[in-house]
Amino acid sequence: MNGVAMHIANGIVNAQVSAIFAAVAAAALAICVWRGRADLDDRLAPMAGLVAAFIFAVQMLNFQVLPGVSGHLLGGTLAVVLVGPWVGALCVSTVLIIQCLLFADGGLTALGLNITNMALVGTAAGYLLVAGLLRILPKTPRGVAITAFVASVVSVVIASQMFVIEYALGGTTELNLTTIAGTMAGAHVLIGIGEGLIAAVTVATVARVRPDLVYALRRFRKTASPVPAVPAPAVGGVA
Amino acid sequence: MKKRLGWFIAGGLLVAALLAGVVSSFASSSPDGLDAAARKGCTFDADDNITGGTCMVQQEQDHQMKDSPLADYGIKGIDNEFLSTGLSGVLGVAVTFAIGGGVFWLVRRRGGSSNEHTEGATSA
Repeated sequence: MNGVAMHIANGIVNAQVSAIFAAVAAAALAICVWRGRADLDDRLAPMAGLVAAFIFAVQMLNFQVLPGVSGHLLGGTLAVVLVGPWVGALCVSTVLIIQCLLFADGGLTALGLNITNMALVGTAAGYLLVAGLLRILPKTPRGVAITAFVASVVSVVIASQMFVIEYALGGTTELNLTTIAGTMAGAHVLIGIGEGLIAAVTVATVARVRPDLVYALRRFRKTASPVPAVPAPAVGGVA
Repeated sequence: MKKRLGWFIAGGLLVAALLAGVVSSFASSSPDGLDAAARKGCTFDADDNITGGTCMVQQEQDHQMKDSPLADYGIKGIDNEFLSTGLSGVLGVAVTFAIGGGVFWLVRRRGGSSNEHTEGATSA
């Protein structure tokens, strides 16, 4: 067995269910490329590369959450705040694919499961919370930090429960699912708090240094249309 | 209004390289939340082989890329753990930025005037 395993390994979930989620992940990533192109311009593209590289780096930093249990950032919420939901999901996927192919972390068979949990579900949950919270909280470094913290905690727990669903569908060992759900949720509340702190410090720093590079500060205007992919008309937007 | 992006990206990459190259050696080596849950219920010997019990990792199979020169966040052939982990981390940051940034650059939206894209700095 590997010394360093951070994602779902091969054989934990059976081949059929893994294949289904591989197909789901592939389809979702195609949609993300399609929708993300609307956001990806000459400035966002290098920024997205940096966000992926940064998430790769921080995922190496396992922090202790319980005796004998550690955790690391998943990064979905952080990516949403900095580069938006579609490109954000692609950033996390990039990291997971590179970790799988080069660093033997997260099984190749399980890649669809890992992408679904961390890049799709984690990012989607983070996005919904960020979009909601930024309608209430001020668009300041502090406001965006609080947003990132809360959204991270919730999104990490939801991502962890997505694994439980996958295990319920195709787990290879007969085990009590309620126990698994409880164990996963408990550990991931703590991991989410760690992730939330890292994400909050990161987005607050970027918001202070270069607010123009924070996607969440450009979008989610209080008067904007509910669909963020369509830029609101600049004229007449008086609150 | 167009501030230099290059310096910010360079600075960000430097921070990422330091985190992956230096701080990573001080990271916890305990199994993470998922791995710990997957091992719960089994007992392990010193070589990490299952000695009894029932747990998720019982049916775990080897990774297809386990012979990768960078497998398990180290560099094959470098025995010094600090160097091995750190260099693999820096390499990972570089590769992720190159591949990720490269793909994003290739699929980006071209030729759009900057007006159709509301820049936050103008109305902040």
